[in-house]
Amino acid sequence: MSVTVKIPTPLRPLTRGRDSVQVAGATARQVLESLEKECAGIRARVCDERGEMRRFVNLFLNDEDIRHLQGLDTLVKDGDILSIVPAIAGGAEAGSANSLRGKQG
Amino acid sequence: MPRVESADRYRPFLEKCPALSLIGGTRLFRVELPGIPETRSEILAKAEWTNPGGSIKDRPVSRMILEAILSGKLVPGRTILDSSSGNAGIAYAMMGAMMGYAVKLVVPGNASAERKKRILAHGAELVQTDPLEGYDAALREAHRLSDSEPQRYFMPDQYANEHNWRSHYEGTAAEILEQTGGKLTHFVAGIGTGGTLTGVGRRLKEHDPAIRIVCVVPESFPGIEGLKPLERPEDIVPKILDSSVIDERIRVSVEQASDGCHALARNGIFVGQSSGAYLSVAEVIARRDRGARIVTVFSDLGERYFSTRLWEP
Repeated sequence: MSVTVKIPTPLRPLTRGRDSVQVAGATARQVLESLEKECAGIRARVCDERGEMRRFVNLFLNDEDIRHLQGLDTLVKDGDILSIVPAIAGGAEAGSANSLRGKQG
Repeated sequence: MPRVESADRYRPFLEKCPALSLIGGTRLFRVELPGIPETRSEILAKAEWTNPGGSIKDRPVSRMILEAILSGKLVPGRTILDSSSGNAGIAYAMMGAMMGYAVKLVVPGNASAERKKRILAHGAELVQTDPLEGYDAALREAHRLSDSEPQRYFMPDQYANEHNWRSHYEGTAAEILEQTGGKLTHFVAGIGTGGTLTGVGRRLKEHDPAIRIVCVVPESFPGIEGLKPLERPEDIVPKILDSSVIDERIRVSVEQASDGCHALARNGIFVGQSSGAYLSVAEVIARRDRGARIVTVFSDLGERYFSTRLWEP
């Protein structure tokens, strides 16, 4: 199964700037394992030390929160989109707030 | 209201809209938690959730709006436009409703449902941007809208507006000095726009340069509502932030912030995520610098996070 994982801006340093990564896997858990092989360090940002999803991270399979499905054991199929979304809108990456600075004069 | 120095300037507004007087002038209270008394340190917090918009953001937003009216930048018929991850958005929506201006807010789609509902309740318009693109996308969209129709909008731009930090310099910090008798050793807060740390930090340093200004640094992902990490060398700081007032930076994870919220809740104080983060840093200092008198701000109320997983056991 080839799944597209969508990456939020704060994690893009781990994906060498890519906003999405294609990986293989039959469940959301396997997709994250494949993603970790491709982008080392990313799983620890999404999952805790027991391998479960961190409280303030949401994973959406297409448009559905996987917590409302079977969590990390949710089956995925070819062409699915798995989005990693922080549960709470936090602060911006500072650089971007300031890329707009020039406009302010 | 930004009482102290600006009181006279704002008197006509207060007469027209007495509810403005509910902003600022928050109480300072001693946070009683197990383990703190043994350190001989005190942790004091300002109850910023008691502002009428439910957060500390009422202070800068009210001042930015009132000053814009006084200077003629905000005139009847213009729409107030800005981006926000929530609390400032609520303050804008509330101020617009009080003062009779339309408000348009650009928020990331993952801003909490409570915030979005409150913004809409005040009659403001919401524009939502892709949560994957973070707060960046909301900021960019607000600037795009403003640039496309400059005559239609007034954009306060809280990152670059000096009235943001001045509201804390004249209000929050002046209150802290009055309420502590000027006797404190540390001030703890984080950076959203840099307004609180800059305004409070400057005022406290003028009073006593020995007061240590401690900056709470959240992890970048999943992040803490309203706070920025500003950790990487390539990060450029918000325009109004005066980082020279910062003596020390202490990192905190979302889990630590959450633990702080739960500890406070079990002791009867129900506050939001950034308050939990500030508490956990204040506790670190209390234990390390025994006998410290630490002041922080509890920015908003725990109710604002029911739709997130903050309160799940």
